[in-house]
Amino acid sequence: MPAKKATSRQPARELLFGNLWEYDPAPESAPAFIDAKYNLFINGKWTTPKSRKHFDSISPRNEEKLSEIAHAGLSDVDAAYQAASKAFTSWSKLPPADRGKYLFRIARLLQDRAREFAVAETLDGGKPIKESRDFDVPMAAAHFFYHAGWADKLPYLAPGRRVEPLGVVGQVIPWNFPLLMLAWKIAPALAAGNTVVLKPAETTSITALKFASILQEADLPPGVVNIVTGARETGAAVVTHPLAAKIAFTGSTAVGKWIQHTLAGSGKKLTLELGGKAANIIFDDAPLDQAVEGIINGIFFNQGHVCCAGSRLLVQESIAETVLAKLKVRLKSLRTGDPMDKNTDVGAINSKPQLDKIRALVQSGIDDGAEIHQAPWSLPNKGFYFAPTLFSGVTMSQRIAQEEIFGPVLSILTFRTPEEAVEKANNTPYGLSAGIWTDKGSRILKMATELKAGVVWANTYNKFDPTSPFGGFKESGFGREGGKQGLLDYTTLA
Amino acid sequence: MKITKTPKCYVGGAFIRSESGRVRPLNDSSGTFLANIPVCSRKDLRNAVEAAAKAGPGWAKRSAYNRGQILYRLAEMLEARGPEMSEAIALSGTTKNNASLEVRTAIDRIVHFAGWTDKYEAILGSVNPVATSHFNFTVTEPMGIIGIIAPDSSPLLGLLTLILPAITSGNTVVALVSETSPYPSILLGEMLATSDLPAGVVNLLTGERKELIPTFATHAHLRAISASATTPEATLLQQGAADSLKRVILHDPKSDWHSPTHDSPYPIRDLIEFKTVWHPIGT
Repeated sequence: MPAKKATSRQPARELLFGNLWEYDPAPESAPAFIDAKYNLFINGKWTTPKSRKHFDSISPRNEEKLSEIAHAGLSDVDAAYQAASKAFTSWSKLPPADRGKYLFRIARLLQDRAREFAVAETLDGGKPIKESRDFDVPMAAAHFFYHAGWADKLPYLAPGRRVEPLGVVGQVIPWNFPLLMLAWKIAPALAAGNTVVLKPAETTSITALKFASILQEADLPPGVVNIVTGARETGAAVVTHPLAAKIAFTGSTAVGKWIQHTLAGSGKKLTLELGGKAANIIFDDAPLDQAVEGIINGIFFNQGHVCCAGSRLLVQESIAETVLAKLKVRLKSLRTGDPMDKNTDVGAINSKPQLDKIRALVQSGIDDGAEIHQAPWSLPNKGFYFAPTLFSGVTMSQRIAQEEIFGPVLSILTFRTPEEAVEKANNTPYGLSAGIWTDKGSRILKMATELKAGVVWANTYNKFDPTSPFGGFKESGFGREGGKQGLLDYTTLA
Repeated sequence: MKITKTPKCYVGGAFIRSESGRVRPLNDSSGTFLANIPVCSRKDLRNAVEAAAKAGPGWAKRSAYNRGQILYRLAEMLEARGPEMSEAIALSGTTKNNASLEVRTAIDRIVHFAGWTDKYEAILGSVNPVATSHFNFTVTEPMGIIGIIAPDSSPLLGLLTLILPAITSGNTVVALVSETSPYPSILLGEMLATSDLPAGVVNLLTGERKELIPTFATHAHLRAISASATTPEATLLQQGAADSLKRVILHDPKSDWHSPTHDSPYPIRDLIEFKTVWHPIGT
């Protein structure tokens, strides 16, 4: 047995950036150009809601009021559908290349005003400015650009059949990626020749309303896209309107089930992109430092407000301690706070109710006996914030291993064999996404085959692309968004 | 003196009577008694789902070439017993000509789908040119167990039109056959049994729509329903399906089952899941 070197038992030196010195604030200062009050965008015009009611939209970063948003009632939603229905006749008959040109224009205009939209998105939703600037807005523009090119190539979409639009599509989108979800919904719908009634989430309507001004600049014919804002009742009115040929919904599984039940027998087409409880699986041969970054990105991207978030970490037992140690170190250098600061990694929780939900689930994790790890950060006094959180020693039966938390909370479990990893990963009603970290290509493909999930990321996580279909198995919904598969879900085959 | 046949349902590779012990008489078009047909119960349906679950992984793992040959073998079986099948279809009163035309079309449709097993992936899947350094591809996977509600009319062709796209891609099925003309499905079961199709891949139940549709709708192990259904039936199916977000694919009961529009990869698309994989490129 070789003699141990005296130094070998000392822990590796680590660089602690956390509290050693303060970062200077690096606030984003570009203006967001948010109006004091927004009406409804119906038939190409700003329309006062018939209810005359508006509600306040606040910024989750400091709870300050940003704007007043119109509350659309039944008759407003009906007006939007009438406008969309009227516009469908001419829009669907437009030369396809011209439809494409409108979408190209929209993509370009969005790129022109990217900074302004990024700032508005961060103010309204609370996500770090570096994410809205580098991800949400550019990706939204990319979706329009990609689908623009499809408009005159529909005959190549489904060989042997004629592809036709459906009519008016009702779309209800969530608050976690407000502008990006709008792009995922509107771009394919318009490319295929449909017209749209879109309802943004109650807490994040502003970028959708700003987007209406881009539609005006692009000179999109009136009624092709109508934007109605409001809360749950407005969403219900959009979903149940008799003129809707299809409903596309992204949001919670509970609401998805309600929509499917409500639309039963209506003949409306339906696609649902719902919740998830994704497993991020780390094998002992994974490039560990890269994997740690992937785990962090997988769960803390957008404060964990991501349906495909890698919220269940499955680590091979032999490396579990090492990975946990590395994660705890990494947690200390994760900057949490004002999303408008360009150095911020984890921003504000989108709303008070969501913050309450996260707190309750984290408490259940503590009560169930899981071990909690948080970095010693002080969070801003005003606004909605939650410190990035790890739970180790989690078991499959605990709520934090089963329920979607939709916040910056990672549950860490272990496995021994690939079979056990698959078994645990698939042991959930959801099936949206999964991650695999290993050095072995053949193992990636084997695992990818056996995981019941619509998207599988290998040695990466939370990657998206307009060309790449996204959507879930099982109770994560049905239908795809992106790629030819997503576009076909906005058509009917003749 | 003639030996008459006892009609039995084909479930899990075996020929069964209903566990309920219930039967109803089958008469020919002139009203003469022919045989007793099982009236399957909800318990029979659950048993059939179990059989389909057992068969699922093995069938999905068969090579596409193998699945194609097995489907082709089914066409061979039907061809060999074509006249008998025509007579079974004609029992419900349709003309001899129509009955043999239905058999003809059914054979052709089986051959059509036998040829799709190793081709639909190339039409429906994709390699996606993402902007990052990843080999990004979308492949199809079978959904699992598919519940099928066959139309009453075209008792052979309608049933097969719904079954074929499901099993072509590796799903297994539990089908409720024509309530009014169940006998052709009894014969079809016998042909399936001799076609090399593994036991449990196709399970055929005779019985009453009204009794069984609610269980089809809510059985959580059925991942999709492909149904020729009236509006009230469709409503029931979709409401029940919402409990587990089951996919529901509806077919018009008045569909012309002979139409070549049923021959395409798009009915296969209705019963598969798309899986997108981001595979790293480089070290």
